[in-house]
Amino acid sequence: MKFYDAAELAGRNLRESILRNSLTTVGVSVGVASLVAMLSLGIGLQQLANRRLEKSGLFDTVVVTSRRDLRGFNREQEENGPAPADSPSLDEAKRQQIEKLPHVREAYPDIRFVSELRYDDQPHIASVAGIPSSAKSNEAFDGMQGAFFSADSAPEAILQKSFAAELLGNKPRPDDEVNAAILAPSLIRKKLVLHYAERTSSQSGDAQAKGGAAYSVVSREQALTIVGISETGPDAMRGQARARVFIPLRLAESLHVMQPSDLRDTTNTAGAQTYTTIEVRVDSPANVQPVEDSIKKMGFNTFSITDATKSLRRFFAVLDLFLGIFGSLALAVASIGIVNTLVMAILERRREIGIMKAIGASDADVRGLFFAEAGTMGIFGGVLGVALGWALGRLINFGTNVYLRRQHFPAEQIWFVPWWLVSGAIVFAVVVSLLSGLYPAARAARLDPVQALRYE
Amino acid sequence: MGEVLIRAVDGISIGVRHGEFVALLGASGSGKSSLLNLIAGLDRPSSGKVIVQGHDLGKLSRMDLAKYRLHTVGMVFQSFNLIPTMTLLENVELPLRFAEAARGERKKLAQQALNRVGLSARLRHRPTELSGGEQQRAALARAVINQPQILLADEPTGNLDSRTGTEIMNLIREFNQNLGMTVLMVTHERSLAERYAKRMISLADGKLTSDEPNGTTTGGAGER
Repeated sequence: MKFYDAAELAGRNLRESILRNSLTTVGVSVGVASLVAMLSLGIGLQQLANRRLEKSGLFDTVVVTSRRDLRGFNREQEENGPAPADSPSLDEAKRQQIEKLPHVREAYPDIRFVSELRYDDQPHIASVAGIPSSAKSNEAFDGMQGAFFSADSAPEAILQKSFAAELLGNKPRPDDEVNAAILAPSLIRKKLVLHYAERTSSQSGDAQAKGGAAYSVVSREQALTIVGISETGPDAMRGQARARVFIPLRLAESLHVMQPSDLRDTTNTAGAQTYTTIEVRVDSPANVQPVEDSIKKMGFNTFSITDATKSLRRFFAVLDLFLGIFGSLALAVASIGIVNTLVMAILERRREIGIMKAIGASDADVRGLFFAEAGTMGIFGGVLGVALGWALGRLINFGTNVYLRRQHFPAEQIWFVPWWLVSGAIVFAVVVSLLSGLYPAARAARLDPVQALRYE
Repeated sequence: MGEVLIRAVDGISIGVRHGEFVALLGASGSGKSSLLNLIAGLDRPSSGKVIVQGHDLGKLSRMDLAKYRLHTVGMVFQSFNLIPTMTLLENVELPLRFAEAARGERKKLAQQALNRVGLSARLRHRPTELSGGEQQRAALARAVINQPQILLADEPTGNLDSRTGTEIMNLIREFNQNLGMTVLMVTHERSLAERYAKRMISLADGKLTSDEPNGTTTGGAGER
């Protein structure tokens, strides 16, 4: 019998005892649903953790420093590689070179300085950091009040909330008691004046002749508009976000604020302005290592955190495995249901099997027919189960978010159904069903037609 | 039952020629149905041989025996044995499915076979919606759909009144005479055998009691 014929006959046989077969199929679908729901939660949680890690900017960032600064982060780097005096300076040309490496999203100088800011004619001292527009997705700016910078060189500022409280003359309080939402209306759109020391190049022939840099330092002012208040405390902020006042990176660069490294530049034979550190953002944590290696080859010191993601991945692999096993239990129960249904069908259809054999059906035909019935229940159960599991995952996600919102946390997607899970679950359901059909099909095939046809 | 060997058919030796119409007569329990099952390839003899067209059925594999049932013999039963969940057309089409005939061809052949037995108006009916005579006619159409050389009938009129029984017997005779099919019919009605069969074999307690030609003519040619 051809495959299509077997499938067609199986379909009509299943329709004949529609209630029993539907119940069995629902059993399969509940099994598949529990599997899909479990795994989609596992995957969703993993993605949530990955998103968090990515946003923290810790795991996709390589910090680059020049060996000339003797500020390597570990001894091994100090001992290997070129001598500090022979190693390259971290200047604009090198920054561009790093940015062109494969898997590098961007490479930008770390500009930060401590300076005086005037608000309402009152002076305040704070650390100021220039941040790139890509930092918008950093978790430091999650749930911030107001808006992110309108442009990468706009004269705008985002304040950390405790500094914002200080500007308004509030008494210092722990960060978690400061509410950015209350502070925002009285600060946003207001002016802030930044006082800073600008480094201007000067034409000192003497210094130029010796191959060093010469500059003058001039006191300057820059008016800034407050556009946002960040919710996160400075201690909770990591990496680039560790500051109290944030300004756009291009603006920070254009100010030419006097940096500690400038002092060293005066004795720098290369002459060009150098950066203390460059932060390199890599497209994915997995590519951090190769990027780091190629930057090291250029003669710089690098620093990154990669090990944490590895152990995290291992944790989720184990979690997924356990969730999968628990999900499969229901499917195992459902497969017993299939065996039961098919064995019942054989008892009920003994005569029919006998007739088919008497008119020429081979063992393989009969086996194929029962296999097709098991497989059909598997397909329907699988498809229905994926839909059910999807809905179940959504429901759990929804319930969790209702709870999170009640606790004043932002909503999170903790559930995710990738395409491979959809197709994998259906294939798995069919395979399990076929395995369940193995015994009933063999039993039906071996049925003795004479006995099956014997009438009372 | 279990391990006990019951000699339903014991030491019978008969030869049937191609195109013959043979009636197997005997009381119930005489072994006539068991003999028919052996010839149909539904059962295997514990000793002795059943040779059809040079093949020893006892030595065929299960697969080859299924093919033999599919292509060489056609069977009708006292209780019709149509599959109740299928329409007549599907019932008649079923052996063609096992023979893996092309889809379009199948429907045509099944319709033709049902036309031949006068059921062209009942194609979409299920067996339970039909009279016994109609069911047996459909069963006949199914038995001959793969054009077997041998038609085996086990009490084909046993569940029918005499008028419809005659209709069925006339159809069987037509298959015998017009298509040259060898017919072996099990019956306990001597009168029926005398009217249609050309040779009558009587069994009692699994043993042959008589083997006689009926009337003047005996079947066609061709030793087997």
